Amino acid sequence: MSKDSAPKNKSKKQSEPIHDMVPIFLMGKKYDVPATLTIQKAFEYAGYQLVRGCGCRGGICGACGTVYRFPDSYRIEVGLACQTVVEPNMYIAQIPFFPANRAQYDLEKLEPTGSTVTALYPEIYKCVGCGTCTRSCPMDIDVMEYISRAIRGDIAGAAELSFDCVMCGLCAARCPAEEAQYNIAILTRRLYGRYIVPGARHLKDAVENIKKKKFEKGLGKLKKMNVDKLKEVYNERETEPQFGPEDWEPENKDYLVTK
Amino acid sequence: MPYTPELKKLIKRVEKTRPERVERKKKGEEFPALSLKEREDILKYHPDFKDEGRSEIKVGSSKGYKISNEIVDLLHAESRVSTELLDLSNPDYEADVLVIGGGGAGTSAALTARENGAKVILATKLRHGDANTMMAEGGIQAATKNTKDSPYYHYLDAMGGGHFTNDPDLVEELVNGAPLVIQWLEKLGAMFSKFDDGRLKTMHGGGTSRKRMHYAGDITGAEIMRTIRDEARSHTDDIKVLEFSPAVELIINKKGICSGAVLYNLETEEYIIVKAKATIMATGGSGRLHMQNFMTTNHYGATADGLIMAYRAGVSLKFLHTVQYHPTGAVFPEQSEGLLITEKFRGAGANIVNVEGKQFVYEREPRDVEASAIIRECIEAGKGIPLPNGKYGVWLDSPMIDIIKGEGTVRKEFPGKWILFKRYDIDITKDPMLVYPTLHYQNGGLEINSKCETSLPGLYAGGEVSGGVHGENRLMGNSLLDVTVFGRIAGEAAAGFAHNKYKDAKLTLEHVDKYHKELKREGVDTKGRVSPMLLPDYSNPDVRKRQLTTQYLGTMR
Repeated sequence: MSKDSAPKNKSKKQSEPIHDMVPIFLMGKKYDVPATLTIQKAFEYAGYQLVRGCGCRGGICGACGTVYRFPDSYRIEVGLACQTVVEPNMYIAQIPFFPANRAQYDLEKLEPTGSTVTALYPEIYKCVGCGTCTRSCPMDIDVMEYISRAIRGDIAGAAELSFDCVMCGLCAARCPAEEAQYNIAILTRRLYGRYIVPGARHLKDAVENIKKKKFEKGLGKLKKMNVDKLKEVYNERETEPQFGPEDWEPENKDYLVTK
Repeated sequence: MPYTPELKKLIKRVEKTRPERVERKKKGEEFPALSLKEREDILKYHPDFKDEGRSEIKVGSSKGYKISNEIVDLLHAESRVSTELLDLSNPDYEADVLVIGGGGAGTSAALTARENGAKVILATKLRHGDANTMMAEGGIQAATKNTKDSPYYHYLDAMGGGHFTNDPDLVEELVNGAPLVIQWLEKLGAMFSKFDDGRLKTMHGGGTSRKRMHYAGDITGAEIMRTIRDEARSHTDDIKVLEFSPAVELIINKKGICSGAVLYNLETEEYIIVKAKATIMATGGSGRLHMQNFMTTNHYGATADGLIMAYRAGVSLKFLHTVQYHPTGAVFPEQSEGLLITEKFRGAGANIVNVEGKQFVYEREPRDVEASAIIRECIEAGKGIPLPNGKYGVWLDSPMIDIIKGEGTVRKEFPGKWILFKRYDIDITKDPMLVYPTLHYQNGGLEINSKCETSLPGLYAGGEVSGGVHGENRLMGNSLLDVTVFGRIAGEAAAGFAHNKYKDAKLTLEHVDKYHKELKREGVDTKGRVSPMLLPDYSNPDVRKRQLTTQYLGTMR
């Protein structure tokens, strides 16, 4: 298998002519790169050793926020460098870091209301509704909508709408009202997860049961078993059917806590 | 890049067998799972069993141990720093606890050390949160439903997955700690997928006997990581984060206590001395070493740094002879290569099928078994799907999920992957995905006990950098659990050490000099290599050849 960007593939690269090269401009400087590369790999192909602007290389960590445009267009386009394939004549600049306000708070002392959010981030009212944030989101999140929901006190809505946020900061980089939308978003998600979604009753019970050492005996038995016996017990264990009901119960309840 | 006409033709074969496979699935008739004996036979196809992939370590406390060539090369290398040039007498920073690594384990450790009264410095190579934790998609195991599950069964499953080689004490900590960390994360506001009444949704993973995989959409790791990172950012007075500052060597004082580390500022290229009363190694894994030339799902920074530093300081290595290949990494289109396709797809009902559209393996075998079966199907049986770049893959039949569980399920449960493939003009609710095993997880690592102590006083380790809890193979959903459970244990233990056991003395790097001497004595040719590696080199080799400056004078490097 080849790798993400395989240095050891160099012999192959040299022996086979590379077709479909496209010109791109990295920070205004022209390079010809293979048309199949992502922007991230195009930087590396051009000779860059990336330090900033490169993280998971899989579209989830938000390290490689990138802006670009084409010569015949006034529009600023955005993407994650590791996910966006190069196109001819792209003018590319990475924005791996953008300073943004993050309020200090102790989640345990907050209430899940709109006024909590607006008190911590009063600049939220400066939103002019221009929608640049939404157009700047590489994850296709309706950023302006979750901001307006946060203003309206709809914490749940803001949390659900912003769930896919990778916190790359492109929204904040382009916002004329100087907001840090992604920091507001995580505040709403944590308020939602902590206070609005009901806690799991069975989780509380499970923690209690462990604290009361209800499983200690069973575990002690397993820990003492020799491998052959352990394999036997392993092979005989019941397996919950994949599409069975949530309240499925096994035959053997010796090592469970039944109500 | 959408599927080529050739691949589209082959998809027809998958579509032909799909209705029958769906029917069987609906009836609960599964492809027969392999017996323990059959598993053993098929594991011969696993890359771990290729002898040419391994070599012996010639120095240090695990001398004679045969592990991946790529890690051995880094162990058979010299320090990045000249020890005589470093002045350790004036540390740049001091803290109770130094945490090395800003992923799930490091951040959990920092938060818990703080809860236990410690002032913490967290040093991380890239940004805080840039780690494999962020990329974990599937879920986190915990026996939270005691009417059908308990730590007893979780223990049994973990041992079976690890071929009964796991360290029992560590597994006990893992399964008992599991519900506690789920509760901790719930309290921190992590948005787990739940039913309306607050019950946590859970599902199966490979090798689980009960549905105990908790999840947050298909970005469970990202949700956990960004939540605990946000919590750390709420305590900036107690937790100071140094980004783009990887550690390159540990510091040991004259009383033999680990007392911090030498950091390297990746941008200014300065070395920075951090003195600490206890140190936690949480640098994660090593997929970016590309063992045996495999592609990887890992983060850019996964280069085994912690293993190297701690090994030089005398800590032994365990279970590093096994490497986990995730059975299903994307292989098409090329720009998605290596990306993890979570096991949840198989948990939700998607079959693995060959070029004929036939199933050849039960889709929920433990990962090493599943990966071996796919490699065998492609390489020995010759029934892989040929790709435009000359490689092979097998189909992961994702459209089955919507047929079985109702339209919209894939979009709802796998939003991340749906969007990603949509960008390539592939609709995974209509067409299957092409997958092949990809380097995923470092099963082994630094030897620790159930308090996360290493053999070096004052040095703790937790998460992927440590070894033992997963034995020779980890089950899905036990890594997010590992980082949070053992991160928290390490944080508490290190804070305790800093307050009660630490003894001040002169800082030294004598262990590094000693290691260098041993390399020489054993006649190891380091070939000019230095380690830790810090970052993989993906820059264009043709450009490298033209970088002709050999000596630097003046302002330009």
